[in-house]
Formats: sequence, structure tokens, C-alpha cells
Amino acid sequence: MSKKGLLIDYKYCTGCHSCEVACKNHLDLPVGKWGIKLIEVGPFIIEQGTPDKFEWIYLPVPTELCDMCVDEVEKGYKPMCAHHCLGDCIDYGTVEELAKLMESRPGKQTLYMPID
Amino acid sequence: MSSWKYEEDGCTVVETCAWSPPGDHPVGCGLKLYVKNGELVKAIGNPEHPITNGRLCPRCLALREYIYHPQRVIYPMKRAPEDRGKDAWTRISWAEAYDLIEENVARIKKEYGAEAIFSVIGTGRDMWHTVPFITFGALGSPNFTYIHSGWSCYGPRCAISAYTLGAGYPEVDYAAMFQDKRYDHPDYKLTEVLVVWGKEPLKSNADGLFGHAFVDMMKRGTKIISVDPRLTYWGKNAEYWLQLRPGTDAALALAMLNVIVNEDLYDHEFCENWVFGWDELKERVQEYPPEKVAEITWVPKEQIIGAARLYANANPGSISWGLATDQKCNGVQFAHALLALMCCCGNIDVPGGIIVGAPSFAAPMWWGWDSLSPEMQAKRLGSDSGMGGDRYPAVTTAISTAQPDMPLDAMETGYPYPLKMSWIMSSNPIACPTAAPQRWDKAFKKLDFNVVCDLFMTPSAASFGDLFLPVSTFAEKDGIVNTHYGSLSMFTGAINKAIQVGECKADDEILLELGKRLNPSAFPWETMDEFLTWELDQYIPGMSIEELRDKKWAVPEWNYLKYRNGLQNFDGQDGFVTASRKIELMEPLFAEWGDDPLPYYEEPPYSPVNTPNLMKEYPFVLTTGARSWVFFHSEQRHVDTLREIHPDPITEIHPETAQTLGIKNGDWIWVENQFGKAKQRAKLFSGIDRRVIHSEHAWWYPERPAVDGEFGPEDVFLSNINNLVPHKLIGKLGFGSPYKAMICKVYKAED
Repeated sequence: MSKKGLLIDYKYCTGCHSCEVACKNHLDLPVGKWGIKLIEVGPFIIEQGTPDKFEWIYLPVPTELCDMCVDEVEKGYKPMCAHHCLGDCIDYGTVEELAKLMESRPGKQTLYMPID
Repeated sequence: MSSWKYEEDGCTVVETCAWSPPGDHPVGCGLKLYVKNGELVKAIGNPEHPITNGRLCPRCLALREYIYHPQRVIYPMKRAPEDRGKDAWTRISWAEAYDLIEENVARIKKEYGAEAIFSVIGTGRDMWHTVPFITFGALGSPNFTYIHSGWSCYGPRCAISAYTLGAGYPEVDYAAMFQDKRYDHPDYKLTEVLVVWGKEPLKSNADGLFGHAFVDMMKRGTKIISVDPRLTYWGKNAEYWLQLRPGTDAALALAMLNVIVNEDLYDHEFCENWVFGWDELKERVQEYPPEKVAEITWVPKEQIIGAARLYANANPGSISWGLATDQKCNGVQFAHALLALMCCCGNIDVPGGIIVGAPSFAAPMWWGWDSLSPEMQAKRLGSDSGMGGDRYPAVTTAISTAQPDMPLDAMETGYPYPLKMSWIMSSNPIACPTAAPQRWDKAFKKLDFNVVCDLFMTPSAASFGDLFLPVSTFAEKDGIVNTHYGSLSMFTGAINKAIQVGECKADDEILLELGKRLNPSAFPWETMDEFLTWELDQYIPGMSIEELRDKKWAVPEWNYLKYRNGLQNFDGQDGFVTASRKIELMEPLFAEWGDDPLPYYEEPPYSPVNTPNLMKEYPFVLTTGARSWVFFHSEQRHVDTLREIHPDPITEIHPETAQTLGIKNGDWIWVENQFGKAKQRAKLFSGIDRRVIHSEHAWWYPERPAVDGEFGPEDVFLSNINNLVPHKLIGKLGFGSPYKAMICKVYKAED
């Protein structure tokens, strides 16, 4: 069976934290533990001007606790992070499908494959 | 079992459209609630929902934790007035609670008149019909209030919508009414350029706009202009980010109009046929050339010109106006200028432009008003009759509330009459909306009887509540959710009860039960469903609540260009509901009420230009109240999963400014001015101007232990940024207070 992954189109990640809380609900995780965690890079100036041009990234990072919501997927749902993502920037599928999708779109994407 | 209630996974699933509580605006996000043995075990987004498509924000995702939180109050409670501030509550029955209300209302009416009772509403919540209806219909008082100084959330925009546009809330067209195809519907056209002005829709979903719809649109090619003193997701992704000085928005809007007029970029047909006062406005904007406005706003001239051209040449362009419109003394004039920008390029009520609601006499905020005698109506605080103290007709004509600052004056001075009882429903006055919150706290403590309807022991309830009525969340009640509170219905959803918690009652159950006791003739409905069917009839005539539940959601009839098709006016003729039947960019009513009929810019009362001497001591411009992903105003501070994401009150400072002050990232600091101070945590943020400080609002600490046996609100004033905002510093018409444009100094605090 092909490996499953998550494709994150992070230029549309608004930093909303829904993936974190949806994941905590699914895995029943307490304060201090995450199955997926947002990281923030910036904002910092990459080009001075009027106004300055900024880099500012939010990126959700799945952790080793991520189980790809196997039971939800069996019922026909997407993994809970992808299901609830407000920016609709997380896709779920086989790594092959996701790589094709990734290539077909503009950049700032990352493909995640969980631990076996 | 039915379309919205069925078995799955050994649970009963109830599909519902969310509103509140917990606090939220009326998007009506779709949820599936999984119930086992009467308990909510899981809540996920409903992927079938046409607007949210299964997506949910962290506040709904933490619903279980919120509903079953150990600190939630789930039984009615009373406390003796001498024990205010102490944890000395006694559980009582609903019957006893209603008896207490009935006794106090009867006594106060007899001794002081019904006008001595006033109600307090909060923002957003599912009760913009409930609280006015209780006030007018059940309590018999004309004093329904929203005690946010100067009605600084939607007041100025509402005034402009009512008086100069004569239509419901103008909003960006994000194809919400085309439920099947949305943006691909043949009648829709994608917004080409979207101006996001003083608004953070991603976090706020303000007034029912699903904020992430703008991300959906951006993916399809919509270009963004962001007008904001702070860098946001919009500024980061904008063609133009206009980083203006807080409070100078009116000048910027007038300068953009100046460019559009002088470069002849406006829609001649629209401006000549559908605008009243266009020639006068053209003349007025000559006072605001981009060079001059660049100095006022700190936005470079080239950017003002470039953004104006980009917007004006878009087909269609659209503008989303935000809360920042209102939180300044100059808010009405700014909203007026922004409305001029909205309409001068022909974007009003066109696909992908700025759509407006059809006219409606039955705005929910007036429900029950007719049950008051004309004499009682005339006593409303701020009424044009003069019987309610100072006259604020611009507030009290369009809006059913009293002028928001006047209850404090009445409580402190007894003018025009004393207030004796409050009914507080969905508001946490001393933690969130009030300016000079400590004065409000003292004043509430002087009243005879304070009723608080809420879900948790808020600092306000703890400080001065005498009776606490526990309220249901949206998962525990039946109801209806309508975008923009019905003034622009792009979506109507059924709220369906899934569970019962303790003895909590929905706000509307309290309304009907109390209404029947106090004034049965105004409350003829036998059941909740009868009431909801009557309510729904105002939005979708002829549809019953059962039918809406079966369909799950519906769209009221929708038409574009209503003003050209006899649909924007009550009489079936073309035009708008204004005296001129046009959009009044010159508003004669404003002149009648003592203000300028045309939009103009006025400096914030405290600013580098207005008070240069004070700036020596308080060198920064202070803006406040940016939204959080995980909190709705003062709510949810006790929900651990959410607090983990946002643990502390944040003040943003530019890194270079912080360095000169010896402040490091994460330091506790004091933000202070001549009116007060607040302790917050510094966040170094390069997306803010070096001369500007931003502080969060509505912070308190439910986790802090009781001090000296006082179960009270000590800490509610520690970090409350409204300590720095004075009482009743408002615009001439009674609207707008400078919550977003004060001045301050900042220094390191002890930890």
C-alpha cells in the first residue's frame, strides 16, 4: 500500500491553531503535548522599501504522536487537522498523489510523511 | 431520527449551526455534535456546510472543555448585597430567582419608575433580539444599553448605514448566498481587489462574515489592499499595505477619494444618478491632497495614490470595514468617507462588490419597543425628547439603545434620574467594554439589584452580582442564526439542542419565561418553537422552524442591484431609503444634529499633533484590542487548551523601540498614561511602527486564587488596557471613543 502523507501549502496557513486543537481532541492530549504544532518564523524584513517587504511564516509541524487519524480516515473523513484547517491548506493522500499536486501549484509547500 | 439527528458510532449525532455562547459572531458554522448518554463526547466540523465546509476555529474545537469546565455555573444562585465581592453565593431554584426579579422590578418601578432599570448587552452574542425584548417587553424600561463608550463597535458604521445608505450592513460579496456552487456560480463575479480596512476577519469573523472566505478568494486571484497600523496576514500578502498612524483613517480615505476624483477614476453614471452631494464631496476632498495626508497618516504619498488607483480600476472592487472604523471620536466621519469610497466606483450591490441588505422595519433590536408607552419611550437616556438627559438623536434614532456613556453619568450623579437595577446579559462590563472600568465598577456597586446572566463567574458578576442566572451554550439550545443579525441575511441556519447541562437555560427561554411573568401580553408564544417560527418569519417569510431544521440551513431571497429594481425601498420604487432616495454623501441630518454634513478628518484628542507637550511624557501612540485566535473578548481565559496557545496579555513593541527602553521579549511591562496603567507582557514585533504600541484588551485571570476571602475582581484591573481610556471622550454625535488612538509610555515592570 502506498504511504500516506500530508501536504501543507503554507502560504495559506494563517496561523489559526485549529490543527493543534483538533489534533489534541483526536489524541486526547493534555497541555504541553501536541500531535501537530504551529511554528512561526518572523516577521522580519526581507526587502527595505515603502513599506518594507516582510517574510512571515506559520507552518504546522506534525509530531511523532500523529497517527494520521487512521480511525477517522476509515470512516471517510480527512485527518482532523486537514478537516478543520481554516486556511484549507492541508491535503491528505498518498505521497505519490500529493507530490503530483505539489508540483502543479506555486511554491511554499512541504510534504510530510509520518513515522512508520 | 431525521436529517439533522441520527445514530452514528454508537452516538446520537446532532447537526447544528453554531452561534453562541461561547461568544462568536453569527457565521453559523456547521458542526456535528456526538452525544452519548446525554453527554457531548465529540464536536467536529460539518463538511456539508456550504460556507465553512467542515472548518472550525479553536474556540469551537474546545467546546467540550468549555461546556464541562469545573468553573462553569450551572444552577441559579443568589447573594446578599452586603456580600458583594465575596464567594457567598447560595444555590436557588429558577422559581425563586424569578420571584426575586419580580419583587425587585415591582418595587423599583413603584419607587423610581421603570426607567431606573437598565439592561446591558455585550457584543456578537445570540441575543440582539433577546436583551432589548426583555428590557422593553418584560422589564418595561426604555434603557437597553451597550456600555462600550461611544458605541465604539459598529455604532458609527450603523449610523452611516442607517442615515446615509438607508440599508442594512454593507458587506463584501463572498458568494455566501450561492450555496451549491459558491464562487463558481454564474451570477457571481470574483472580487478583483479587496480592501481590508481596520479589520481582522480571520480571527473575528465579524458580524457573521466567515473571515477565511477571504483566503478562499485570494487563492482564486483576489488582490488585497491592507489598511492597518499592524502587519497582519493581509498586510503580508497585500499589493499595498498602508501602515497608517492609528486614528487617521478618515484622512487616508479622503485622500484616496481625492485621487479618484482628480484622476477621474469614478463611476460617472452612479455618482450622478445615485449619489446625493457628489459635487460637494468632490470639493471637500480637495482639502485632502495625498502630500498633506501623507504627513498626517505617515503613509507615503505614492502608496496612497497607488492603492487608490488599484482599487478604483478594479472590476469589481470591494471594501471590508472593521471595528477600527468605530473606535475613534472621528468614526462617523471616517465611516462616511469609507462609504463614499465604496460607492464612487460603482461597487454597491454588484456581484463581487459590496452588497447591502434589503430594508426591514422589524430590526430585532427594536422588538418590544412598541409595548412601551410614548412617555416611557421618551425617557430613554439620550433620547431626542430631552426627558432622558442630554440629547443624542444620532444614536437614539437609528439604534434602540441609550447613548452608551450615559448610564455611568446617571449612576454617578442621578441626572437625569437615578438608576437602581441592572440586567446584565452577555456582558462582562468591568473586564471588557467599558472605558474607565473602575468607575463603572463603583457605580454598579451602588445599585439596589444586579442580575447577571452568564456561564462563568465573571469578574463583573463576582464584584457586584446579586443574582446569577446560568445560561446554555449553543449546543444546549434551539435557535436561529442569521448573518449580520438579519440586517444582511446571506445565510440562515438552525441551532439544534443536543444536550442539557445542569439547570442552564437558553437566553430565549429566560426571555419567554420572564416575559410571561412580568408582561404576558407582549409574549404570546406558548412554546419555544412557536417563538422561533415567528422569529424565522422575519427573515424567511412562511418557513417554520421545523422546516429550517430539516433543511439545516437556507438562504433568504437574494437580489443584486436592488436599488435599480424597486427592491431597496419599502414603496417598491427605485432608490434607497433616504430623504433623497440616493446615497447621501452629504447628510442633511448630520447638519441638523450639529455636525458637518460632509465627511472630514479630525485629529485624535491625544496625539503627536494635538498634544505635543503631553507626548514628551507619553511618547507613543497607543492602539488596543487586536483579536486573539482563541478568545472571544474576555471569555475563555480558563480553558486550558486555549490559554496554552495564548497565555498572557500581549503588548507589541517594535524591537528598536524596545531596545531603547531596555525591554526584552517576554518582559512584563507597564503601559501607562495620564488616565491609568495596565501590566502586560512585551512582544517584540517588527510589524508595528516604531512610534506605536499595541496592547490587548479584556484580560483577567480566572486562575488566580481568592485574596483575603474576597472572591473578587482584584486582578481585573491589573492588565485592563481600558484603564488608559477616559470616560465619554466621544464624537459630537455621541458615537466613537479613541480606544484605538490614545497615547502612552511604556516601562519595565517587576515580574
